[in-house]
Amino acid sequence: MKELNIEATLENISEVTDFVNSELEALGCPVKTQMQIDIAIDELFGNIAHYAYDPETGPATVRVEVEKEPLCVIITFIDNGIPFDPLAKKDPDTTLSAEEREIGGLGIFLVKKTMDDISYEYKNGQNILRIKKSI
Amino acid sequence: MTITKTQQGSSLNIALEGRLDTITAPELEAELKNSLDGVAGLTLDLKGLSYISSAGLRVLLCAQKTMNKQGEMIIKNVNETISEIFMITGFCDILTIE
Repeated sequence: MKELNIEATLENISEVTDFVNSELEALGCPVKTQMQIDIAIDELFGNIAHYAYDPETGPATVRVEVEKEPLCVIITFIDNGIPFDPLAKKDPDTTLSAEEREIGGLGIFLVKKTMDDISYEYKNGQNILRIKKSI
Repeated sequence: MTITKTQQGSSLNIALEGRLDTITAPELEAELKNSLDGVAGLTLDLKGLSYISSAGLRVLLCAQKTMNKQGEMIIKNVNETISEIFMITGFCDILTIE
């Protein structure tokens, strides 16, 4: 298990991405899977940076765990901010035209569709969001 | 992300390289805001783009809405990862992808 403790700011998305990518590269993760995980980081850590401590900023923890047989990676995002369950939001209607489209909720929807599993819990004052992706 | 613009009359080609994400999407949004006056044909060349997150999708949607009023917008050279994102989100029905 590897862990990164970092200020939840938009500028730090790239550092979180680099941290996770170095783990994925060590596992021989295919490029496409890595890109899907990078997108998930942009959505999930971006959400924490935007909303968890709004209008202030605060700390976050990103944890990477590896499971074998079958090989998969579990990434956990933790913050002590405002309780927020991103999975409670209804999925967007992806059949609407450009004019009718609402963009809210598209990010978490993308993560749900590209990861194998996603779960949320609020425990001991912490938002804990976990994604799992087989490699 | 690198944004390269080539204009010929009322046709504008914008080539993107890198990632279109939370950090870079505002750069493209600002560039488009300043570039689309009088443009009837907008081509977005994604050849050098590795991926798009929802922040980038939002900017593409805005550009599509603007171009619906004044001409057409074409997206070309979409890689497999981005193509899948367009499929999942239904953007493949909104955008014109070559």
